[in-house]
Amino acid sequence: MAKPKVATASLAGCFGCHMSILDIDERILKLIELVDFDKSPIDDIKKFTGRCAIGLIEGGCANEENVHVLQEFREHCDILISVGDCAINGDIPALRNNIPLKECLEEAYLNGPSVYNPEKTIPNDKELPLCLDRVYPCHEVVKIDYFLPGCPANAEIIWQALVALLNNKPLDLPYEIIKYD
Amino acid sequence: MIENLRTEVEQICKSCGNDRTKMMDIVRQVQEKFGQVSSEAMDVISQSVNCTRVEVESVVSFYAFLSKTSKGKVVIRLCNDVVDKMAGLTPVAEAFKKELGIDFGQTTPDGKITLEYTPCIGMCDQAPAALVNDEVVTYLSTDKVKELVADIRKHYDPNKLKHRLGDGNNATDLVHSCVHNGIRKKGRVIFSEYKQEAGLRNALAVSPVEVINEVKNARLRGRGGAGFPTGMKWQFTRAAEGTKKYILCNADEGEPGTFKDRVILTERADMLFEGMTIGGYAIGAESGILYLRGEYAYLRKLLEKVLKDRRDKNLLGKDILGRKGFNFDISIQMGAGAYICGEETALISSCEGLRGDPKTRPPFPAQKGYMGCPSAVNNVETLCCVARILEMGAAWFAEVGSKGSPSTKLLSVSGDCRLPGVYEFPFGIKVSDLLKEVGADDAQAVLVGGPSGQIIGPNDYKRTICYDDLATGGAVVVFGPERDMVKIAAEYMDFFVEESCGYCTPCRVGNVLLKKYLDKILDGKGEPSDLDFLKSLGESIKLTSRCGLGQTSPNPVLTTLKNFRSAYESKVKPAENKFQPTFDIKKAVAVHESIANRKSVIFTE
Repeated sequence: MAKPKVATASLAGCFGCHMSILDIDERILKLIELVDFDKSPIDDIKKFTGRCAIGLIEGGCANEENVHVLQEFREHCDILISVGDCAINGDIPALRNNIPLKECLEEAYLNGPSVYNPEKTIPNDKELPLCLDRVYPCHEVVKIDYFLPGCPANAEIIWQALVALLNNKPLDLPYEIIKYD
Repeated sequence: MIENLRTEVEQICKSCGNDRTKMMDIVRQVQEKFGQVSSEAMDVISQSVNCTRVEVESVVSFYAFLSKTSKGKVVIRLCNDVVDKMAGLTPVAEAFKKELGIDFGQTTPDGKITLEYTPCIGMCDQAPAALVNDEVVTYLSTDKVKELVADIRKHYDPNKLKHRLGDGNNATDLVHSCVHNGIRKKGRVIFSEYKQEAGLRNALAVSPVEVINEVKNARLRGRGGAGFPTGMKWQFTRAAEGTKKYILCNADEGEPGTFKDRVILTERADMLFEGMTIGGYAIGAESGILYLRGEYAYLRKLLEKVLKDRRDKNLLGKDILGRKGFNFDISIQMGAGAYICGEETALISSCEGLRGDPKTRPPFPAQKGYMGCPSAVNNVETLCCVARILEMGAAWFAEVGSKGSPSTKLLSVSGDCRLPGVYEFPFGIKVSDLLKEVGADDAQAVLVGGPSGQIIGPNDYKRTICYDDLATGGAVVVFGPERDMVKIAAEYMDFFVEESCGYCTPCRVGNVLLKKYLDKILDGKGEPSDLDFLKSLGESIKLTSRCGLGQTSPNPVLTTLKNFRSAYESKVKPAENKFQPTFDIKKAVAVHESIANRKSVIFTE
């Protein structure tokens, strides 16, 4: 029987949660015995090759490409998981949510104290995805089945969650690793 | 100009003894004088009363009737309660916008008139209604708005408004208001004939402990809705350690649909103050505070006059009625537009000159209340009952009513009924009998106890109004057959979102989420699983909120989900895919599309 497939993506995140996936250390060898990785920055597969059992999403949606990728994941994955606080809350990228987009772009490319931009242009190539009016948490764009909080989500939590899902067993996490205050 | 402000604000602080705990009085006076509590004024206040600047700003930013930015000389606050909406608020609101040429939340360009919405002002029986500064205007229509605005523009002085006068004390010079009492049914306790002073004389003839026993024998329970035994509350307060004690009367009647205290304050102020004095004697207090909601400021002059008369008659003051050593007086503390201050610990915070944040319990107010002293906080109607119990005796009081809920209750009825107003009924009355009495034969739903109570349907009309079945602080709102109960629930959630103090997350965030999901359902984007989500979210909010507001705010949703399930079910349908129907990509990229002057190439249609 073919192994179940796992796909991952980093949207408006910092790749910290992906680092956290790698942080399961030597268990990654065990993981690839259990699953195959499909579309993911870990194996650099760019396009879905088929249906996946689990999709792990890092980061929220800041631009139209994020939305496109997230919707693609929703279509291809049986179970979709928001991993980390950016996916769940928008978090640091969402700090721009109370500032109009135009001001954000001008601060980033024209007015910021460390900006060197003698041409005074704001990048506007048609290849560049358009920004959204604000940063959305993933569950406001598509339905999300599970949430693994943390900044980044703890490696142990990611590991336990994957094992529990693959074995169809309830997740039993010690209190110490799921308290965030 | 700035120096002028400094002198005047310092003067106001001085008149309040430069006392930090009189912050509410100080900022209210500054607001009245300057139409705002400006940044500069806050600096002066903090220097005068010797507190930090942020303590002043935290108060100013908390209360709806206070503002840091400038408001017009005349502020029109149109009540946008659910009942007002049912009574035709929309055309009235449009008429205000048209006549004034501004939208809600704005001030006319000449800086003279500000237009705002405000939650329930206690006039549901004469809706739509509005406040013009402290003045109340009722039964608004588009024509009346036109006349009102023209009248205001003649003098910009709400005291000079031309209007008909209401009945009873509303017509006196002290109140001079168009408000009608609307007393539809007089019961034996509050609105029957009573002998002034008799209750107080009887109380002073016996010991304080005997007074408490009499109240206990009458099995009097708090009329605010929670129904805590008054005698027990007083016993605890009396027994608590402390030389100074206080009795506080909660006249912050803010539960939407409740207006019975308005009528008591207008027509039975003597009875109320008598009850407070008896309470002061019983618990060993020398001071009482009447916390009067800002919306009822139009009654203040009358209440001050009643207090003065009582002082003149030695019903307040030193050695009251010759009882050596019994000194007691009552002051009025004005609120400034905050529903949460009806919660007793938030009310105490407000009296202390703080934001109306609820306090952590225990300690309960009976142990540590106002200024850290043992305090009894009682409802207006409860204190009136005390006066009657001491006048007529516990046995007389408990003659009517039901077993667990003796005597009568004032009900303020409004909404889709022919005879809205205040009714005094014995506890134990069936909802169906009440509906007959108020002229609402075709009621689809009845809200008992305000939005923090429950919304029931015809299956429950055989139930009775009492503490053991349908408890209520007095609000009864009737909904006719054409009302959309999901929409009604959503409108009540608007109220709670606005009035949550923001201290704890379940209430601050949870109520917003409830509203969001109701809007999704009303927008036709809901699915069956949303109903389960609403239920579990509502239950979490109730379980985990810090005070009574969040512990009851999901009730409009939870009780309509239970009693009007089909109204919800007819609005939801299974989803076609796993995308969120509420997310609109075209809308989300529209801003950048216009800035970048190009269209999305990913989402083309």
